[in-house]
Amino acid sequence: MSEEKISLRINDSVYECDAGMTILEACAKAAIDIPTLCYLKDINQEAACSICLVEVKGAKALVRSCVTPVRKDMEIFTNTPRVRKARRMNLELLLAGHPKDCLVCDRNQSCELRKLAFDMGVRDVRFPKTTKTELPLDTTSVSLTRDPNKCILCGRCVSVCSAIQSVKAIDFSGRGKSSKITTFFDSGLANSVCVNCGQCLLVCPTGAITEKNATGGVWAALSDPKKFVIVEVAPAVRAAIGEEFGLPAGSLVTAKLAQSLRKLGFDKVFDTQFSADLTIMEEGYELIDRIKNKGSLPLITSCSPGWIKFAEHFYSGILEHISSCKSPQQMFGAIAKTYYARKFNLDPRNMVVVSIMPCTAKKFEALRPEMKSAFDYWKDELNLKESEAFYDVDFVLTTREASRLIKEAGINFINLPGEDFDEPLGISTGAAVIFGATGGVMEAALRTAYEVLCGRQLEKIDFFGLRGLEGIKVAEVDIDGLKLKVAVASSLSKARLLLDEVKEGKSPYAFIEIMTCPGGCLGGAGQPIPTDNEIRLKRMEAIYREDKSKSIRKSHENPAVRELYKEFLGQPLGEKSHHLLHTHYKQKEGEF
Amino acid sequence: MEHAKLNPELVSLVQQWKGKEGNLIMILHEIQNHHGYVPRELSLELSRMLDVPLARIYEVVTFYNFFKLTPPGKHRIALCMGTACYLRGAAVILEEIKNILGIKEGQTTKDGLFYLDVVRCLGCCGLAPVVMIDNKVYGKVKKSEVADILSKYIKEE
Repeated sequence: MSEEKISLRINDSVYECDAGMTILEACAKAAIDIPTLCYLKDINQEAACSICLVEVKGAKALVRSCVTPVRKDMEIFTNTPRVRKARRMNLELLLAGHPKDCLVCDRNQSCELRKLAFDMGVRDVRFPKTTKTELPLDTTSVSLTRDPNKCILCGRCVSVCSAIQSVKAIDFSGRGKSSKITTFFDSGLANSVCVNCGQCLLVCPTGAITEKNATGGVWAALSDPKKFVIVEVAPAVRAAIGEEFGLPAGSLVTAKLAQSLRKLGFDKVFDTQFSADLTIMEEGYELIDRIKNKGSLPLITSCSPGWIKFAEHFYSGILEHISSCKSPQQMFGAIAKTYYARKFNLDPRNMVVVSIMPCTAKKFEALRPEMKSAFDYWKDELNLKESEAFYDVDFVLTTREASRLIKEAGINFINLPGEDFDEPLGISTGAAVIFGATGGVMEAALRTAYEVLCGRQLEKIDFFGLRGLEGIKVAEVDIDGLKLKVAVASSLSKARLLLDEVKEGKSPYAFIEIMTCPGGCLGGAGQPIPTDNEIRLKRMEAIYREDKSKSIRKSHENPAVRELYKEFLGQPLGEKSHHLLHTHYKQKEGEF
Repeated sequence: MEHAKLNPELVSLVQQWKGKEGNLIMILHEIQNHHGYVPRELSLELSRMLDVPLARIYEVVTFYNFFKLTPPGKHRIALCMGTACYLRGAAVILEEIKNILGIKEGQTTKDGLFYLDVVRCLGCCGLAPVVMIDNKVYGKVKKSEVADILSKYIKEE
């Protein structure tokens, strides 16, 4: 953007702005709100919705402020009868083609179209319904549902899928009134290269893209007296779920969350952070092993299931670089239904593991056919038939779904004093909290790898260079003379930059962390809506606050993890770990 | 990268167009001209070879009327809906054809025998309403004649 400043008039007041700005940006800077339904800065500027119209002196027609650059001495009017009438007409035309089932819509509280209709005072729709036929829903994916009837064709999802994630699973099809957004041959997200990251859901202004609802199954399990129902909560959830209850972004509600889950009726309230610490043990030792024994380097993290499916589609040639560690969600399920079941004499068949995740891809991950390690573990001992096979994790709820359970149960979340997680699978360290932010897994792994490799305490355990919202961060760590170059990427388009180097054999790094979503899990598609960079930053600050407040901040010092190794697993990368905590990847074949 | 079944015709096309702007649409054009439609398998192969997302290919193919997703029928029925034909009852004829063949405009019958197209003016308004099958023009068509006309082509089989 040009540094040059120009002056112009907006609504008869003089303002100064950068010469390269659009009218929309100049107005925002002047504290004048212009409504839009399609605009996403630098991502989607397609002028699709025609809501952001303004009047420019000398121009024959109204202009779309999101794509019109400012000029010197331009005279802009954002609030004339002509502007209001045109915006309103365009909004009413959008509403004419939109279902009116707002009462029962998933996005009832967060729909931009509904809010705009309210704010602009539209109280009835003058036009008959414009779309003649009800279009079928895309329900193929286990993570996401797409309802083309609620789509206003703003194109945000297409842009995010392409520009931020470089996945390009969806695009426009048809033209005119038969336009819609779809996958190749309309065959559904599950039959496409979609990685279930759900970033499309996060930017959708309406309820056209929603998560697959798992709350029904969880209620059923909770009210079944025969079931022993365990819940695990991902790190990023505690830094965001407060927003669902009206708290400002960045509110840490760990203790309130643990207490409300106990009140919901879960038999044990555990923490995915326990298994995040466990992940660090396994992945840290895997890194050390690869360095010492000249294995495939860089080692790439495997916590983020969107990234894993992405790799299986687009980078199948470098799968051996990806850590064989399962994600913390899956490690938790496997340990809960084996170690914990044995320790407390529970029948694994009666156990239900529910995870609360900031993520939609986790729903897909939990249902990967290989994620039945506990069943394999018990098969012979309990003489189980294949038809009795069970998953390690039974239900995956997003942060939003979890908040709805709490609301439905009448739990006054905000006024709860708060409680701790249960022992032992609820004990965690600061290293585990930061899994929720981009760079966190890397930082946690370095805290442990350093001490294991050097055999002495790490003095400065904060790796500030690995924190922040930047898409790619790099650092060099000196471990007793061994210089390790590491890199962190969040969003798949940024990951590609590092992965192409790996593919060409030119990667200078020993260890790479990849998170599918911009900012890491705190910006995942299961999180409260809206999620923008300002909110991401606040959640991030909350996560590092929690890390700092923890008495133990290194995974290998987690007493419950130590006990787990002593009583059950033996050692990191041992025989039991291999079966329960590690997995494999394979190229995705078929028509993608 | 290795491909299961490389289509030599497509390979030469891609080589001819690779790296040139607008290549996707040019290649799709050639495929449409050659096959009468854009077969799904060729889209899959094209996506790999040009490194163009499948969703993008689908976008282009569905945007332009020129491209078809299904194979053309053996006989193309062109029903005129120009002003004269429309006024002389073309809509009734169209309904009758749809009823008999069980397809909508732009579709091919299951047996692949007929493709139904609705067009604007065949240049013989004096014969309205007009139906053209392949190159043969049927003028002043009545609803009751439609079945007879179509049966000629079915009998040929």
